[in-house]
Amino acid sequence: MNRNRLQDIIPRLVLSPSVALIVVFVYAFIVYTFYLSMTDSRMLPSYGFVGFDNYEKLWALRHWWRALSNLAIFGSLYIVICSVLGLFLAILLDQKIRGEGFLRPIYLYPMALSFIVTGTAWKWFLDPGIGLENTMHQWGWTGFEFAWIKDRNLAIYTVVIAAVWQSSGFVMAMFLAGLRGVDGEIIKAAQMDGASNVTIYRRIIIPMMRPVFLSAFVVLAHLAIKSYDLVVALTGGGPGQATELPATFMYSYTFTRNQMGIGASSAIIMLVMIFSIIIPYLYSELRPGRQR
Amino acid sequence: MSAKPIPVGAVSAGNKMLRVLLYAVLILFALYYLLPLYVMTVNSVKPLAEIRQGDMLSLPSVLTFEPWAKAWSSAQIGVQPTGLKPYFFNSVLMVVPAVAISTILGALNGYILTKWRFRGDDVIFGLILLSCFIPFQIALIPAARILGTLGIAGTTTGLVMIHVVYGLGFTTLFFRNYYAAFPTELVRAAQIDGAGFFQIFRRILLPSSAPIIVVTVIWQFTNIWNDFLFGVSFGDFDSQPMTVALNNLVSSSGGVKEYNVHFAGAILAALPTLIVYVVSGRYFVRGLMAGAVKG
Amino acid sequence: MIIRKIAALAAGAAILSFTAGSAVAEDNVEVLHWWTSGGEAAALNVLKEDLESKGVTWQDMPVAGGGGTEAMTVLRARVTSGNAPTAVQMLGFDILDWAQQGVVANLNDVADQEGWGDVVPAALQNFSKYEGNWIASPVNVHSTNWVWINKAALDAAGGKAPETWDELVAVLDKMKENGITPLAHGGQPWQDATVFEAVVLSLGNDFYKAALNDLDPEALGSDKMKEAFDRMAKLRTYVDDNFSGRDWNLASAMVIEGTGGMQMMGDWAKGEFLKADKKPGEDFVCIRFPGTQGSVTFNSDQFVLFQVGEDKQKAQKMMASAVMDPVFQSAFNVVKGSVPARTDVPNDAFDDCGKKGMQDLAEANTSGSLFGSMAHGHGAPAAVKNAVNDVVTQHFNGELTSEEAVDELKNAIAAAQ
Repeated sequence: MNRNRLQDIIPRLVLSPSVALIVVFVYAFIVYTFYLSMTDSRMLPSYGFVGFDNYEKLWALRHWWRALSNLAIFGSLYIVICSVLGLFLAILLDQKIRGEGFLRPIYLYPMALSFIVTGTAWKWFLDPGIGLENTMHQWGWTGFEFAWIKDRNLAIYTVVIAAVWQSSGFVMAMFLAGLRGVDGEIIKAAQMDGASNVTIYRRIIIPMMRPVFLSAFVVLAHLAIKSYDLVVALTGGGPGQATELPATFMYSYTFTRNQMGIGASSAIIMLVMIFSIIIPYLYSELRPGRQR
Repeated sequence: MSAKPIPVGAVSAGNKMLRVLLYAVLILFALYYLLPLYVMTVNSVKPLAEIRQGDMLSLPSVLTFEPWAKAWSSAQIGVQPTGLKPYFFNSVLMVVPAVAISTILGALNGYILTKWRFRGDDVIFGLILLSCFIPFQIALIPAARILGTLGIAGTTTGLVMIHVVYGLGFTTLFFRNYYAAFPTELVRAAQIDGAGFFQIFRRILLPSSAPIIVVTVIWQFTNIWNDFLFGVSFGDFDSQPMTVALNNLVSSSGGVKEYNVHFAGAILAALPTLIVYVVSGRYFVRGLMAGAVKG
Repeated sequence: MIIRKIAALAAGAAILSFTAGSAVAEDNVEVLHWWTSGGEAAALNVLKEDLESKGVTWQDMPVAGGGGTEAMTVLRARVTSGNAPTAVQMLGFDILDWAQQGVVANLNDVADQEGWGDVVPAALQNFSKYEGNWIASPVNVHSTNWVWINKAALDAAGGKAPETWDELVAVLDKMKENGITPLAHGGQPWQDATVFEAVVLSLGNDFYKAALNDLDPEALGSDKMKEAFDRMAKLRTYVDDNFSGRDWNLASAMVIEGTGGMQMMGDWAKGEFLKADKKPGEDFVCIRFPGTQGSVTFNSDQFVLFQVGEDKQKAQKMMASAVMDPVFQSAFNVVKGSVPARTDVPNDAFDDCGKKGMQDLAEANTSGSLFGSMAHGHGAPAAVKNAVNDVVTQHFNGELTSEEAVDELKNAIAAAQ
């Protein structure tokens, strides 16, 4: 039957432009970047093949190691704090709070703002000369000290503070949605058995949040690896190179230092990191989907 | 799926203290989240001299809205003091079609990937989804080449196209997860009745898609409105979006920094996304619940 | 239905951009620049109005951030997409890098006709010409080895402007005793590097040229270089704890208000003093970095003209010529704090510091002690410049000792070349 044949083709026809665009704009670009990483490109792409030279140079750079170790500190703190705080706030908000409709957007709104917008406010707030420290001094607490952003050993933690501020509300919303999806019957049954609230959360509800933890982890991990504007707005990578991250490293080598080859090789390393987190997740997510 | 609030922790008479503590903690966190917005707002209505004196948290002793007026219509963005106004409309012209197109495509993709399944559709979905995770910086040079070849470099059309492409992963993900929970039997029944591909979508799935459309639109709107990298690289003298103008305002290289105008401009630039979040925040959680969170 | 909607939206978007595109007048120039602050934009507006009086429309493409680095990223995207702007504000070695890509225009006919070669200092021409052809119109010359001192603070510290390193240390010590921050400084890599190159210059013209222009490994690894880093470490002791990340103009404000004693910064800092109604000689003093009188490290903003379609070439040439107009050069530089790129512009409109700047430049030009500034992209290409910034910043922040810094500097420069 003609009509049926047509009905079979239409879905693929409708899907194909999206797939084509993504194959070109994502996968072809990744291949292209990989190719660039093997060339002597400096200011603009050029195609003299140099093998793995750029990777050797990259791994010899103190700067790059610094960016990686910063990412390890930043990423782990960011993911852990956002998840814990998000879950904590979601559980609190889930206690039939009056004014939930008022509080929720307050927790959520930072996600709506870019750091181009909030960067100056954060910089002020963290700056001991005009920010929190100064305010505390003016209020009479003269012993108060908060100069992390000026300290090369502590500055990375100020980046964590601002990043947690931006994303934890979003994670909260994910957990809240998860909590609201929990079947009330199970809880009722547990309550009948005399389980305390704490036990119910610890033994029943939080374990049920496993998929949310996973989604949150994926979202946060890739945000951490891609973190760029946050650092630029807050510290510009300083003091010294104390807050340099792989994304800022890559941008700087590709576009401001005219060492596109090294920039491309750092981009490839970043992609490898991202994909090694995402692909196992996708695999585990999509498998049960098959049986649905 | 049950959407009822869990009765855990419901008030029992002896729990009053705990309740008070609960509210105190919640309000404390609300203050933490509000702090930067408070700093921006308070300092956007102070005269510059008052800001220089120092206390960033204090309320203004002289209230002035001049910084807002200036940021909107007469601040120095480029060679002429145009304020952010013209760029605001550039942003709107870019965001509206980009959000609409990427949402529609995402809905259709999600519909196909759940209700018109074919061999290898999971792989296709995986490929689309992975696109969410690439660092945009690597796309800059090759995308410029493609836009140039298509003759839409430096135009709003080009910006719309870029944003649609890099939004597809998210929109497809949202709709796919949402439609996965939608009873396939209904679709089959409609097929047997002779309804076609688009008819089924329009008559059966679309009417119940409101929550996920809200989530998708919020997500896309926020990301595209806030984008700086693509806007600055692929915008032209007459299509630069608001974020680029804001950056020109706040990170100009020399001269007196008019912090109050900067803050006013920053809030202006953020206002559309803020309004969207506040107005539809309720639907956002509902929409997340309905699909985006669960696999 | 849905498809029709999509088509309608796409068509709508296309029409919008099409109408925007077709609104372009006949003669126009699109200018990519990062002069977006009030004073700078006002200065540039002189050029815009001049061109508009000649019937050329100015299409403004401002991209601020990072002292032009953001604009250079945009330029890459624009050139790659085949949509280069007519003219682009640019600094130093970036100009030559772009010229090497074969994407810039040739201005020889305008330059020859107007005799640019006779009025532009040779050190600047090195950047305005590529392989003998004019490719850019220089707008100004900034010099970077200035020190701006609060007059009252200087008087309290003995009143004599320091002329040698030892005198400088003495003044700084005295200011410290007087309870102010002796050195107002912003901890950003380019600011650290600005001080560093002045320190290197104070160790001798030949040393500066060998180390930071010729990148001679011997000079880079020499004891003199260690001395330079030691001096940086000494200067660090005069900076307050809160310096990291501070914008340069906030450091200037410290000197203006007297909480800071002096600032080591290029001549653009003067604008901050003038705007605060401070008078050169009365409220503040401008001197060359001690030990560098007679020498000048410079950077020069230039408008590089890119290859454009034939329909735009007439306007492009008019723009190149307008930039070189002595009236514009005077008007612009009075506002900007720099000195004209032409040596034949009368100095009547300039203040004392400006006059001194013009005289210093002319002298340095004739005596061969006019050097490209490393910190501002006129000493070496971007990769090397940033490698130097890295080392200087790390050392200044205490991450490296002077010995380590010398080694690291030599290695980093070798790796970046």
